[in-house]
Amino acid sequence: MNNLQLEKQHSAYLKRLRKEKYEITGWQLFILLAFLTLWETAGRFNWIDPLLFSYPSKISSLFVAKLSDGSLALHTSVTLLETIAGFILGTALGTLFAAALWWSRKASRISDPYLVVLNSMPKVALGPIIIVALGPGYLAIITMGASISIIITTLVIYHAFHTVEPNYVKVIQSFGGNKKHTFLEVILPASFPAIISTLKVNVGLSWVGVIVGEFLVSKQGLGYMIIYGFQVFNFTLVLLSLFMIAVFSSLMYLGVEWLERKLIKN
Amino acid sequence: MSFLQVNGISHVYLTKTKAKEAIADLSFSIEEGEFVSLLGPSGCGKSTLLSIISGLLQPTEGNVIIQGKTKHKPGESMGYMLQQDYLFPWKTIEDNCLIGLKLTNRLTKESIDGTLNLLDQMGLYDVRHAYPDQLSGGMRQRVALVRTLATGPDLLLLDEPFSALDYQTKLKLENLVSATLKTHNKSALLVTHDIGEAIAMSDRVILLSPRPGKIARTFQMPSHLRELIPFDARNDPEFAEHFQVIWKELDSLEQSPT
Repeated sequence: MNNLQLEKQHSAYLKRLRKEKYEITGWQLFILLAFLTLWETAGRFNWIDPLLFSYPSKISSLFVAKLSDGSLALHTSVTLLETIAGFILGTALGTLFAAALWWSRKASRISDPYLVVLNSMPKVALGPIIIVALGPGYLAIITMGASISIIITTLVIYHAFHTVEPNYVKVIQSFGGNKKHTFLEVILPASFPAIISTLKVNVGLSWVGVIVGEFLVSKQGLGYMIIYGFQVFNFTLVLLSLFMIAVFSSLMYLGVEWLERKLIKN
Repeated sequence: MSFLQVNGISHVYLTKTKAKEAIADLSFSIEEGEFVSLLGPSGCGKSTLLSIISGLLQPTEGNVIIQGKTKHKPGESMGYMLQQDYLFPWKTIEDNCLIGLKLTNRLTKESIDGTLNLLDQMGLYDVRHAYPDQLSGGMRQRVALVRTLATGPDLLLLDEPFSALDYQTKLKLENLVSATLKTHNKSALLVTHDIGEAIAMSDRVILLSPRPGKIARTFQMPSHLRELIPFDARNDPEFAEHFQVIWKELDSLEQSPT
Protein backbone atom coordinates (compact mmCIF):
# COMPACT_ATOMS: atom_id res chain seq x y z
CA MET A 1 0.00 0.00 0.00
CA ASN A 2 1.38 3.44 -0.81
CA ASN A 3 1.50 6.46 1.48
CA LEU A 4 -1.53 8.16 0.00
CA GLN A 5 -3.73 5.13 0.61
CA LEU A 6 -2.43 4.78 4.15
CA GLU A 7 -3.17 8.42 4.85
CA LYS A 8 -6.66 8.03 3.44
CA GLN A 9 -7.31 5.05 5.70
CA HIS A 10 -6.01 6.96 8.68
CA SER A 11 -8.20 10.01 8.05
CA ALA A 12 -11.19 7.73 7.60
CA TYR A 13 -10.37 6.10 10.93
CA LEU A 14 -10.11 9.51 12.65
CA LYS A 15 -13.43 10.47 11.11
CA ARG A 16 -15.05 7.31 12.52
CA LEU A 17 -13.63 8.10 15.95
CA ARG A 18 -14.97 11.66 15.84
CA LYS A 19 -18.36 10.47 14.71
CA GLU A 20 -18.54 8.02 17.58
CA LYS A 21 -17.60 10.73 20.05
CA TYR A 22 -20.33 13.08 18.73
CA GLU A 23 -22.83 10.26 18.92
CA ILE A 24 -22.03 9.57 22.58
CA THR A 25 -22.16 13.26 23.54
CA GLY A 26 -25.45 13.53 21.63
CA TRP A 27 -26.99 10.71 23.64
CA GLN A 28 -25.76 12.19 26.90
CA LEU A 29 -27.33 15.57 26.09
CA PHE A 30 -30.52 13.89 24.94
CA ILE A 31 -30.88 11.98 28.23
CA LEU A 32 -30.32 15.18 30.22
CA LEU A 33 -32.87 17.16 28.19
CA ALA A 34 -35.42 14.34 28.24
CA PHE A 35 -35.06 14.01 32.01
CA LEU A 36 -35.47 17.76 32.59
CA THR A 37 -38.44 17.98 30.22
CA LEU A 38 -40.15 15.00 31.80
CA TRP A 39 -39.53 16.38 35.30
CA GLU A 40 -40.82 19.83 34.34
CA THR A 41 -43.96 18.41 32.66
CA ALA A 42 -44.62 15.93 35.48
CA GLY A 43 -44.28 18.69 38.06
CA ARG A 44 -46.49 21.18 36.25
CA PHE A 45 -49.25 18.69 35.51
CA ASN A 46 -49.14 17.38 39.07
CA TRP A 47 -48.14 13.85 38.01
CA ILE A 48 -45.67 14.09 40.86
CA ASP A 49 -46.10 16.16 44.00
CA PRO A 50 -44.47 19.50 43.11
CA LEU A 51 -44.20 20.39 46.82
CA LEU A 52 -41.91 17.43 47.35
CA PHE A 53 -40.14 17.00 44.00
CA SER A 54 -40.39 20.58 42.69
CA TYR A 55 -39.48 21.09 39.02
CA PRO A 56 -36.55 22.56 37.06
CA SER A 57 -37.98 26.01 36.26
CA LYS A 58 -38.91 26.51 39.93
CA ILE A 59 -35.42 25.50 41.01
CA SER A 60 -33.77 27.76 38.45
CA SER A 61 -35.83 30.81 39.47
CA LEU A 62 -34.89 30.14 43.10
CA PHE A 63 -31.28 29.82 41.90
CA VAL A 64 -31.47 33.30 40.32
CA ALA A 65 -33.14 34.78 43.41
CA LYS A 66 -30.61 33.26 45.83
CA LEU A 67 -27.76 34.25 43.57
CA SER A 68 -28.84 37.89 43.42
CA ASP A 69 -29.29 38.22 47.19
CA GLY A 70 -25.79 36.76 47.64
CA SER A 71 -26.83 34.00 50.01
CA LEU A 72 -26.18 31.15 47.57
CA ALA A 73 -22.59 32.25 46.93
CA LEU A 74 -22.01 32.50 50.68
CA HIS A 75 -23.44 29.06 51.53
CA THR A 76 -21.70 27.41 48.60
CA SER A 77 -18.31 28.95 49.30
CA VAL A 78 -18.48 28.00 52.98
CA THR A 79 -19.23 24.36 52.19
CA LEU A 80 -16.76 24.23 49.33
CA LEU A 81 -13.91 25.55 51.49
CA GLU A 82 -14.76 23.15 54.30
CA THR A 83 -14.89 20.24 51.89
CA ILE A 84 -11.61 21.08 50.17
CA ALA A 85 -9.92 21.53 53.56
CA GLY A 86 -11.32 18.22 54.82
CA PHE A 87 -10.39 16.49 51.58
CA ILE A 88 -6.79 17.72 51.60
CA LEU A 89 -6.39 17.09 55.33
CA GLY A 90 -7.84 13.57 55.14
CA THR A 91 -5.78 12.56 52.14
CA ALA A 92 -2.54 14.15 53.36
CA LEU A 93 -2.79 12.70 56.88
CA GLY A 94 -3.84 9.32 55.51
CA THR A 95 -0.82 9.27 53.17
CA LEU A 96 1.43 10.38 56.03
CA PHE A 97 0.13 7.60 58.31
CA ALA A 98 0.60 5.10 55.48
CA ALA A 99 4.20 6.29 55.08
CA ALA A 100 4.82 5.87 58.82
CA LEU A 101 3.37 2.36 58.74
CA TRP A 102 5.53 1.49 55.72
CA TRP A 103 8.57 2.85 57.51
CA SER A 104 8.10 0.68 60.57
CA ARG A 105 6.85 -2.81 59.93
CA LYS A 106 6.39 -3.28 63.67
CA ALA A 107 4.18 -0.20 63.95
CA SER A 108 2.03 -1.48 61.12
CA ARG A 109 1.61 -4.88 62.73
CA ILE A 110 0.75 -3.34 66.09
CA SER A 111 -1.77 -0.90 64.65
CA ASP A 112 -3.43 -3.42 62.34
CA PRO A 113 -6.42 -4.44 64.54
CA TYR A 114 -7.06 -0.82 65.55
CA LEU A 115 -7.15 0.28 61.93
CA VAL A 116 -9.63 -2.49 61.12
CA VAL A 117 -11.93 -1.38 63.96
CA LEU A 118 -11.62 2.30 63.09
CA ASN A 119 -12.27 1.58 59.44
CA SER A 120 -15.45 -0.38 60.06
CA MET A 121 -16.84 2.23 62.46
CA PRO A 122 -19.15 4.81 60.87
CA LYS A 123 -17.18 8.01 61.35
CA VAL A 124 -20.24 10.29 61.15
CA ALA A 125 -21.35 8.67 64.42
CA LEU A 126 -18.43 10.53 66.01
CA GLY A 127 -20.06 13.78 64.86
CA PRO A 128 -21.62 14.82 68.21
CA ILE A 129 -18.36 14.17 70.08
CA ILE A 130 -16.27 16.08 67.52
CA ILE A 131 -18.68 19.01 67.62
CA VAL A 132 -18.68 19.25 71.41
CA ALA A 133 -14.91 18.79 71.61
CA LEU A 134 -13.99 21.33 68.91
CA GLY A 135 -16.93 23.71 69.24
CA PRO A 136 -19.76 24.11 66.73
CA GLY A 137 -17.89 25.76 63.87
CA TYR A 138 -15.69 25.32 60.82
CA LEU A 139 -13.08 23.34 62.72
CA ALA A 140 -15.52 20.61 63.76
CA ILE A 141 -17.00 20.36 60.26
CA ILE A 142 -13.59 20.18 58.56
CA THR A 143 -12.56 17.50 61.07
CA MET A 144 -15.63 15.50 60.14
CA GLY A 145 -14.84 15.88 56.44
CA ALA A 146 -11.31 14.65 57.08
CA SER A 147 -12.11 11.88 59.57
CA ILE A 148 -14.39 10.09 57.17
CA SER A 149 -11.61 9.55 54.60
CA ILE A 150 -8.46 9.34 56.70
CA ILE A 151 -8.56 5.68 57.77
CA ILE A 152 -9.55 4.24 54.42
CA THR A 153 -6.87 6.39 52.78
CA THR A 154 -4.28 5.03 55.21
CA LEU A 155 -5.30 1.44 54.52
CA VAL A 156 -5.47 1.72 50.73
CA ILE A 157 -2.25 3.66 50.32
CA TYR A 158 -0.35 1.48 52.80
CA HIS A 159 -1.42 -1.52 50.77
CA ALA A 160 -0.19 0.19 47.61
CA PHE A 161 3.16 1.02 49.26
CA HIS A 162 3.49 -2.56 50.35
CA THR A 163 2.79 -4.13 46.98
CA VAL A 164 5.37 -2.13 45.00
CA GLU A 165 7.50 -4.50 42.89
CA PRO A 166 10.35 -5.55 45.26
CA ASN A 167 12.88 -5.57 42.41
CA TYR A 168 12.48 -1.79 42.02
CA VAL A 169 13.53 -1.54 45.66
CA LYS A 170 16.43 -3.89 44.94
CA VAL A 171 17.66 -1.54 42.19
CA ILE A 172 17.78 1.33 44.68
CA GLN A 173 19.50 -0.81 47.30
CA SER A 174 22.05 -2.10 44.82
CA PHE A 175 23.15 1.52 44.35
CA GLY A 176 23.50 1.88 48.11
CA GLY A 177 20.24 3.82 48.52
CA ASN A 178 18.79 4.04 52.04
CA LYS A 179 15.21 3.83 53.24
CA LYS A 180 14.51 7.48 52.53
CA HIS A 181 15.79 7.09 48.95
CA THR A 182 13.68 3.96 48.54
CA PHE A 183 10.57 5.82 49.67
CA LEU A 184 11.08 8.95 47.59
CA GLU A 185 12.45 7.34 44.43
CA VAL A 186 10.33 4.20 44.27
CA ILE A 187 7.57 3.66 46.81
CA LEU A 188 5.89 7.06 46.47
CA PRO A 189 6.04 7.49 42.67
CA ALA A 190 5.06 3.85 42.11
CA SER A 191 1.99 4.45 44.28
CA PHE A 192 0.77 7.62 42.53
CA PRO A 193 -1.93 5.73 40.61
CA ALA A 194 -3.28 4.27 43.88
CA ILE A 195 -3.09 7.66 45.59
CA ILE A 196 -5.01 9.27 42.71
CA SER A 197 -7.76 6.67 42.89
CA THR A 198 -8.15 7.21 46.66
CA LEU A 199 -8.34 10.94 45.91
CA LYS A 200 -11.25 10.23 43.59
CA VAL A 201 -13.04 8.27 46.31
CA ASN A 202 -12.19 10.92 48.92
CA VAL A 203 -13.86 13.67 46.87
CA GLY A 204 -17.19 11.95 47.54
CA LEU A 205 -16.38 11.01 51.12
CA SER A 206 -15.41 14.51 52.25
CA TRP A 207 -18.67 15.92 50.87
CA VAL A 208 -20.53 13.36 52.99
CA GLY A 209 -18.58 14.30 56.11
CA VAL A 210 -19.01 18.03 55.62
CA ILE A 211 -22.73 17.90 54.75
CA VAL A 212 -23.47 15.71 57.79
CA GLY A 213 -21.39 18.07 59.93
CA GLU A 214 -23.43 20.99 58.65
CA PHE A 215 -26.66 19.09 59.33
CA LEU A 216 -25.61 18.86 62.94
CA VAL A 217 -24.41 22.35 63.77
CA SER A 218 -24.00 25.01 61.18
CA LYS A 219 -25.57 28.37 60.53
CA GLN A 220 -24.17 28.45 56.99
CA GLY A 221 -23.41 26.13 54.12
CA LEU A 222 -25.24 23.86 51.72
CA GLY A 223 -25.89 21.28 54.46
CA TYR A 224 -27.54 24.02 56.47
CA MET A 225 -29.61 24.99 53.41
CA ILE A 226 -30.80 21.40 53.09
CA ILE A 227 -31.77 21.13 56.75
CA TYR A 228 -33.45 24.55 56.67
CA GLY A 229 -35.39 23.68 53.52
CA PHE A 230 -36.47 20.43 55.16
CA GLN A 231 -37.65 22.23 58.30
CA VAL A 232 -39.71 24.83 56.45
CA PHE A 233 -40.83 22.25 53.90
CA ASN A 234 -39.18 24.09 51.01
CA PHE A 235 -37.92 21.17 48.93
CA THR A 236 -37.04 23.44 46.04
CA LEU A 237 -34.31 24.81 48.32
CA VAL A 238 -33.18 21.26 49.15
CA LEU A 239 -32.98 20.37 45.47
CA LEU A 240 -31.11 23.59 44.69
CA SER A 241 -28.53 22.66 47.34
CA LEU A 242 -28.23 19.19 45.86
CA PHE A 243 -27.70 20.73 42.44
CA MET A 244 -24.90 22.94 43.78
CA ILE A 245 -23.28 19.93 45.48
CA ALA A 246 -23.45 17.94 42.24
CA VAL A 247 -21.83 20.76 40.28
CA PHE A 248 -18.99 21.41 42.71
CA SER A 249 -18.20 17.80 43.58
CA SER A 250 -17.96 17.10 39.84
CA LEU A 251 -15.60 20.07 39.47
CA MET A 252 -13.45 18.67 42.29
CA TYR A 253 -13.39 15.33 40.55
CA LEU A 254 -12.25 17.02 37.35
CA GLY A 255 -9.54 18.77 39.40
CA VAL A 256 -8.29 15.37 40.59
CA GLU A 257 -8.24 14.12 37.01
CA TRP A 258 -6.19 17.14 36.03
CA LEU A 259 -3.77 16.33 38.86
CA GLU A 260 -3.60 12.75 37.62
CA ARG A 261 -2.48 13.90 34.19
CA LYS A 262 0.15 16.16 35.79
CA LEU A 263 1.51 13.48 38.14
CA ILE A 264 1.43 10.40 35.96
CA LYS A 265 3.31 11.25 32.81
CA ASN A 266 4.21 7.81 31.58
CA MET B 1 45.57 -10.89 45.72
CA SER B 2 42.44 -11.59 43.73
CA PHE B 3 40.01 -8.83 42.85
CA LEU B 4 37.13 -10.61 44.56
CA GLN B 5 37.42 -13.37 47.12
CA VAL B 6 34.46 -15.34 48.38
CA ASN B 7 35.48 -17.22 51.53
CA GLY B 8 33.44 -20.07 52.97
CA ILE B 9 30.03 -18.49 52.40
CA SER B 10 27.06 -20.33 53.89
CA HIS B 11 23.56 -19.00 53.98
CA VAL B 12 20.49 -20.27 55.79
CA TYR B 13 16.96 -19.05 55.09
CA LEU B 14 14.67 -19.13 58.09
CA THR B 15 10.95 -19.62 57.62
CA LYS B 16 8.22 -20.55 60.08
CA THR B 17 8.26 -24.17 58.99
CA LYS B 18 11.99 -24.79 58.65
CA ALA B 19 15.54 -23.56 58.35
CA LYS B 20 16.75 -24.15 54.80
CA GLU B 21 20.38 -24.09 53.81
CA ALA B 22 20.65 -22.30 50.46
CA ILE B 23 24.43 -22.19 50.11
CA ALA B 24 27.00 -24.35 51.90
CA ASP B 25 30.65 -23.41 52.36
CA LEU B 26 31.23 -21.81 48.98
CA SER B 27 34.62 -20.33 48.09
CA PHE B 28 36.04 -18.94 44.86
CA SER B 29 37.78 -15.86 43.56
CA ILE B 30 37.74 -13.59 40.52
CA GLU B 31 40.79 -11.85 39.08
CA GLU B 32 40.70 -8.31 37.78
CA GLY B 33 39.13 -8.15 34.31
CA GLU B 34 37.98 -11.75 34.51
CA PHE B 35 34.53 -12.90 33.45
CA VAL B 36 33.20 -15.77 35.57
CA SER B 37 29.88 -17.56 35.18
CA LEU B 38 27.99 -19.43 37.84
CA LEU B 39 26.01 -22.14 36.16
CA GLY B 40 23.55 -24.38 37.89
CA PRO B 41 20.06 -25.77 38.06
CA SER B 42 17.37 -23.87 39.94
CA GLY B 43 17.67 -24.13 43.70
CA CYS B 44 21.46 -23.86 43.82
CA GLY B 45 21.35 -20.44 45.47
CA LYS B 46 22.75 -18.47 42.51
CA SER B 47 20.78 -15.31 43.14
CA THR B 48 21.34 -15.57 46.90
CA LEU B 49 25.06 -15.63 46.27
CA LEU B 50 24.88 -12.50 44.10
CA SER B 51 22.89 -10.69 46.79
CA ILE B 52 25.53 -11.65 49.35
CA ILE B 53 28.43 -10.49 47.16
CA SER B 54 26.67 -7.21 46.42
CA GLY B 55 26.21 -6.60 50.15
CA LEU B 56 22.40 -6.64 50.01
CA LEU B 57 22.31 -9.78 52.14
CA GLN B 58 24.47 -10.75 55.14
CA PRO B 59 25.73 -14.33 54.85
CA THR B 60 25.18 -16.65 57.82
CA GLU B 61 28.85 -17.61 57.66
CA GLY B 62 31.90 -16.56 55.70
CA ASN B 63 32.95 -13.27 54.14
CA VAL B 64 33.48 -11.49 50.85
CA ILE B 65 36.67 -9.54 50.22
CA ILE B 66 36.69 -7.02 47.37
CA GLN B 67 39.95 -5.26 46.53
CA GLY B 68 41.26 -6.19 49.97
CA LYS B 69 38.28 -4.80 51.88
CA THR B 70 35.86 -6.97 53.86
CA LYS B 71 33.36 -4.25 54.71
CA HIS B 72 31.62 -2.88 51.68
CA LYS B 73 28.35 -1.13 51.12
CA PRO B 74 26.12 -1.86 48.13
CA GLY B 75 26.80 0.45 45.22
CA GLU B 76 30.39 1.26 46.14
CA SER B 77 32.32 -0.68 43.54
CA MET B 78 29.67 -2.99 42.13
CA GLY B 79 26.93 -2.78 39.58
CA TYR B 80 23.98 -5.16 39.70
CA MET B 81 21.92 -6.16 36.67
CA LEU B 82 18.67 -7.99 37.26
CA GLN B 83 16.75 -10.56 35.21
CA GLN B 84 14.54 -7.84 33.84
CA ASP B 85 15.43 -4.22 33.28
CA TYR B 86 13.26 -2.85 36.14
CA LEU B 87 13.56 0.65 34.72
CA PHE B 88 11.37 3.07 36.64
CA PRO B 89 8.40 3.72 34.34
CA TRP B 90 7.87 7.20 35.81
CA LYS B 91 11.37 8.39 34.96
CA THR B 92 12.78 9.26 31.55
CA ILE B 93 15.57 7.09 30.10
CA GLU B 94 18.12 9.74 31.08
CA ASP B 95 16.84 9.99 34.67
CA ASN B 96 16.77 6.20 34.94
CA CYS B 97 20.43 6.08 33.94
CA LEU B 98 21.40 8.82 36.39
CA ILE B 99 19.70 7.25 39.43
CA GLY B 100 22.88 5.52 40.67
CA LEU B 101 24.90 8.73 40.52
CA LYS B 102 22.07 10.59 42.24
CA LEU B 103 21.89 8.07 45.10
CA THR B 104 25.63 8.12 45.64
CA ASN B 105 25.76 11.94 45.50
CA ARG B 106 27.99 11.97 42.48
CA LEU B 107 25.88 13.99 40.05
CA THR B 108 28.38 16.34 38.43
CA LYS B 109 28.66 17.85 34.97
CA GLU B 110 31.36 15.28 34.12
CA SER B 111 29.46 12.26 35.41
CA ILE B 112 26.27 13.32 33.60
CA ASP B 113 28.24 13.82 30.37
CA GLY B 114 29.85 10.43 30.88
CA THR B 115 26.44 8.78 31.21
CA LEU B 116 25.09 10.56 28.13
CA ASN B 117 28.18 9.40 26.30
CA LEU B 118 27.46 5.80 27.35
CA LEU B 119 23.87 6.20 26.12
CA ASP B 120 25.26 7.45 22.83
CA GLN B 121 27.59 4.45 22.52
CA MET B 122 24.62 2.11 23.00
CA GLY B 123 22.63 4.00 20.36
CA LEU B 124 20.16 5.34 22.90
CA TYR B 125 20.97 9.04 22.83
CA ASP B 126 17.95 9.90 20.70
CA VAL B 127 15.51 8.28 23.10
CA ARG B 128 16.96 9.81 26.29
CA HIS B 129 13.82 11.88 26.93
CA ALA B 130 11.46 8.97 26.24
CA TYR B 131 9.85 6.82 28.92
CA PRO B 132 10.72 3.12 29.29
CA ASP B 133 7.37 1.83 28.02
CA GLN B 134 8.07 3.46 24.66
CA LEU B 135 11.13 1.22 24.16
CA SER B 136 11.55 -2.39 23.07
CA GLY B 137 12.79 -5.10 25.46
CA GLY B 138 16.30 -5.09 24.03
CA MET B 139 16.58 -1.30 24.21
CA ARG B 140 15.35 -1.34 27.79
CA GLN B 141 17.94 -3.89 28.84
CA ARG B 142 20.58 -1.73 27.13
CA VAL B 143 19.36 1.22 29.20
CA ALA B 144 19.66 -0.99 32.29
CA LEU B 145 23.25 -1.73 31.27
CA VAL B 146 23.99 2.00 30.99
CA ARG B 147 22.35 2.54 34.39
CA THR B 148 24.62 -0.12 35.88
CA LEU B 149 27.77 1.20 34.19
CA ALA B 150 27.04 4.89 34.93
CA THR B 151 28.40 4.70 38.48
CA GLY B 152 31.67 3.27 37.16
CA PRO B 153 31.63 -0.08 38.99
CA ASP B 154 34.72 -2.31 38.93
CA LEU B 155 32.68 -5.48 39.22
CA LEU B 156 29.44 -6.28 37.43
CA LEU B 157 27.01 -8.75 38.93
CA LEU B 158 24.75 -10.09 36.20
CA ASP B 159 21.71 -12.02 37.42
CA GLU B 160 20.45 -13.73 34.24
CA PRO B 161 20.16 -10.34 32.53
CA PHE B 162 19.37 -11.84 29.12
CA SER B 163 16.85 -14.47 30.15
CA ALA B 164 13.77 -12.34 29.46
CA LEU B 165 14.83 -11.38 25.93
CA ASP B 166 14.15 -13.00 22.58
CA TYR B 167 16.99 -15.05 21.12
CA GLN B 168 18.25 -12.55 18.56
CA THR B 169 18.27 -9.64 21.01
CA LYS B 170 19.96 -11.85 23.55
CA LEU B 171 22.82 -12.72 21.17
CA LYS B 172 23.29 -9.04 20.29
CA LEU B 173 23.34 -7.99 23.93
CA GLU B 174 25.82 -10.73 24.84
CA ASN B 175 28.21 -9.25 22.28
CA LEU B 176 27.58 -5.73 23.51
CA VAL B 177 28.08 -6.55 27.20
CA SER B 178 31.17 -8.63 26.46
CA ALA B 179 32.74 -5.87 24.35
CA THR B 180 31.86 -3.15 26.86
CA LEU B 181 33.40 -5.08 29.74
CA LYS B 182 36.56 -5.80 27.74
CA THR B 183 37.07 -2.15 26.74
CA HIS B 184 36.65 -0.90 30.29
CA ASN B 185 38.58 -3.87 31.75
CA LYS B 186 35.84 -4.69 34.25
CA SER B 187 35.36 -7.94 36.13
CA ALA B 188 32.02 -9.68 35.95
CA LEU B 189 30.14 -12.46 37.61
CA LEU B 190 27.27 -13.86 35.55
CA VAL B 191 24.61 -16.08 37.01
CA THR B 192 22.77 -18.18 34.45
CA HIS B 193 21.23 -21.52 33.67
CA ASP B 194 22.04 -21.17 29.98
CA ILE B 195 25.08 -23.35 29.23
CA GLY B 196 25.75 -21.75 25.84
CA GLU B 197 25.70 -18.26 27.27
CA ALA B 198 28.12 -19.23 30.03
CA ILE B 199 30.60 -20.78 27.58
CA ALA B 200 30.34 -18.00 25.02
CA MET B 201 30.87 -15.17 27.48
CA SER B 202 33.13 -16.44 30.24
CA ASP B 203 36.77 -17.02 31.02
CA ARG B 204 35.76 -19.53 33.62
CA VAL B 205 32.53 -21.44 34.33
CA ILE B 206 31.75 -22.58 37.85
CA LEU B 207 29.18 -25.35 38.03
CA LEU B 208 27.03 -25.40 41.16
CA SER B 209 25.11 -28.33 42.56
CA PRO B 210 21.74 -27.71 44.16
CA ARG B 211 20.22 -27.92 47.66
CA PRO B 212 22.36 -26.56 49.22
CA GLY B 213 24.43 -24.77 46.57
CA LYS B 214 28.07 -25.75 46.45
CA ILE B 215 30.75 -25.88 43.79
CA ALA B 216 30.58 -29.09 41.77
CA ARG B 217 33.24 -28.35 39.14
CA THR B 218 35.12 -25.49 37.55
CA PHE B 219 35.78 -25.30 33.82
CA GLN B 220 38.51 -23.07 32.45
CA MET B 221 37.65 -21.92 28.95
CA PRO B 222 40.43 -22.26 26.36
CA SER B 223 42.15 -18.99 25.52
CA HIS B 224 41.11 -18.80 21.88
CA LEU B 225 37.45 -19.23 22.80
CA ARG B 226 37.81 -16.49 25.39
CA GLU B 227 39.14 -14.07 22.82
CA LEU B 228 36.26 -14.55 20.41
CA ILE B 229 33.17 -12.40 20.72
CA PRO B 230 30.26 -14.45 22.14
CA PHE B 231 28.51 -14.88 18.80
CA ASP B 232 31.63 -16.26 17.08
CA ALA B 233 32.45 -18.38 20.12
CA ARG B 234 29.09 -20.08 19.71
CA ASN B 235 30.08 -21.11 16.17
CA ASP B 236 33.49 -22.46 17.16
CA PRO B 237 33.95 -26.27 17.08
CA GLU B 238 35.36 -26.21 20.61
CA PHE B 239 32.16 -24.57 21.83
CA ALA B 240 30.20 -27.72 21.01
CA GLU B 241 32.72 -29.93 22.83
CA HIS B 242 32.53 -27.85 26.00
CA PHE B 243 28.79 -27.71 25.70
CA GLN B 244 28.60 -31.53 25.67
CA VAL B 245 30.88 -31.91 28.70
CA ILE B 246 29.07 -29.30 30.80
CA TRP B 247 25.67 -30.56 29.67
CA LYS B 248 26.43 -34.09 30.90
CA GLU B 249 27.82 -32.82 34.17
CA LEU B 250 24.78 -30.60 34.76
CA ASP B 251 22.44 -33.45 33.85
CA SER B 252 24.02 -35.79 36.39
CA LEU B 253 23.79 -33.07 39.05
CA GLU B 254 20.08 -32.64 38.48
CA GLN B 255 19.42 -36.36 38.60
CA SER B 256 21.59 -37.33 41.55
CA PRO B 257 19.49 -37.36 44.72
CA THR B 258 21.12 -34.99 47.16
